[in-house]
Amino acid sequence: MSAIDPAARRVPPLGGFNLTLLSLELRRMLRNRRTIVFALVFPAAMFFVFGSGAQGDERVGEGNVSAYVMVSMALYGGALIAASTGAGVAVERALGWSRQLRLTPLQPAVYIVVKALVALVAGAIAITVVDLVGLAQGRPQMPTAVWVECAVLTLVCTMTFAALGVFAGYVVPGENAMQVLGPGLALLSFLGGLFIPLSSYSPVIRDIAFWTPMYGVAEVARAPLTHELPWYAVVNAVVWLGLFILGAAWRMSRDTARV
Amino acid sequence: MTATGTAAGTSAATLAAVRLTGVHKDFGPVHAVRGIDLEIRPGEMVAFLGPNGAGKTTTLDMMLGLSPPTSGEVSVLGMTPRQAVARGLVAAVMQTGGLLKDLTVRETVQYTASLFADSKPVEAVLASAGITGIGDRPVAKCSGGEQQRLRFAMALLSDPALLLLDEPTTGMDVEGRRSFWSAIREDASHGRAVLFATHYLEEADQYADRIVLISEGRVVADGTGGEIKSLASGRTVRATVPRADAEALGTALAAVGGVERLEVRGDQVLVHTSDSDAVARYLLTRTEAHDVEITARGLEDAFLSLTGRGEAQASHEAEERA
Repeated sequence: MSAIDPAARRVPPLGGFNLTLLSLELRRMLRNRRTIVFALVFPAAMFFVFGSGAQGDERVGEGNVSAYVMVSMALYGGALIAASTGAGVAVERALGWSRQLRLTPLQPAVYIVVKALVALVAGAIAITVVDLVGLAQGRPQMPTAVWVECAVLTLVCTMTFAALGVFAGYVVPGENAMQVLGPGLALLSFLGGLFIPLSSYSPVIRDIAFWTPMYGVAEVARAPLTHELPWYAVVNAVVWLGLFILGAAWRMSRDTARV
Repeated sequence: MTATGTAAGTSAATLAAVRLTGVHKDFGPVHAVRGIDLEIRPGEMVAFLGPNGAGKTTTLDMMLGLSPPTSGEVSVLGMTPRQAVARGLVAAVMQTGGLLKDLTVRETVQYTASLFADSKPVEAVLASAGITGIGDRPVAKCSGGEQQRLRFAMALLSDPALLLLDEPTTGMDVEGRRSFWSAIREDASHGRAVLFATHYLEEADQYADRIVLISEGRVVADGTGGEIKSLASGRTVRATVPRADAEALGTALAAVGGVERLEVRGDQVLVHTSDSDAVARYLLTRTEAHDVEITARGLEDAFLSLTGRGEAQASHEAEERA
């Protein structure tokens, strides 16, 4: 090793983004056993519980009730795993890893992009698992194109919960975030009509449910199947996404100021 | 302090590894750093010595571009700290944290290596840090010393020209500490500048070419271990004086001359003085003192007098030396 020549040193392209980084982050996500159980096994089991009732074969839009339940459960699973990925950002911060990364050429924006990609892949896995379980079971009926449209819309909708996860991770410190997010998302899923149709609630609870974050995305994700999409459901989905992103950005910017 | 190599464009050999010019850092009403001027040359091994809260970590953070100075300038190899970080020219080993528990040792090094434009081979770095054997072990299952070697390996990946270490040997045993420092010294001889923050006097004295003593956000002394010790010249006279009267003894010793400080703890009397003979003679002939001991001051006394009571005088001396 000879004397170090500063002029010979290069800055990495793409702000430090590379495939080794992405694949290691994906491996970390898959290695987390709690995530796998809660986000992959749990929603599939729920599909059997809620989707195997006697009304499963009743018609809904272009398909049947079983397909409707399957899309809802895929959204639930995707939301859980995306939220868990998001909450990981705060855990890394608490471990001092974010600070360690600031001693490398990695740009903070690239770090967020990598985390978003991991959340997308995680969400896609969760959605695929529920869809495969539905396919294997054989009761959900809908045209293949509708099936795919629902899956893609569901995946986009899970980003709301990735942002919620980041936000919640900063508000609830350390590794406890998922202990709040797990039951919290279950409650929101009940209110949003993922487990039980809104029509079976009392009018008061239904009026509250329209304002909660899972309602809008659930209507959007099922729209290709139901052909029903109230304007206020779209507003609900967009506003909550915006709020959670703003919340996450607010907490993160305050946080880096302290580093 | 000598100041030669100046702006960017000068050749690598004369460019300062890091230069701080009139650096201040305030956190609200708290003045953490109050005007530091410092230059470290390539290949130098410098200890940043000071008590907790002296501003060591704050200063290291500014050298890494983690926080900007309130005023003054920080340059690393003629660049801003962030530019130097983006090129892997400056690296740091922090005291605690900074590791993902769910990655293995090898994965952690691979992860970090992938972020730099130029990086040393992962296996070679694992080997030189002595952690090849635990490469497949999850970080969560590594001991404190093993985690510290991993942090060291990560810091060396980009072959930095400036290595900053914040209390690097915390959690290491004596043998680990020794081999850590011999590895660091080996590196510094290849032209890498090393700055380590520590509050272990012994470590600073033993391993650094130069000690920068910092207290309350200012450099109070800057020199070799020997030079720092000589700043706190004089000796300590210790004696047992039955029914010692602090006030009367103080007045009497002031007349003897050379006394810097008098401490009376019950019957125990400690006198810091530049004329130990006169003090001892006085104590033995004019008082009932017995068990008189005279000791030369070590680095510890220099540290205490420079960072504590004697601060004003010491910084004055340091300025004169500079």
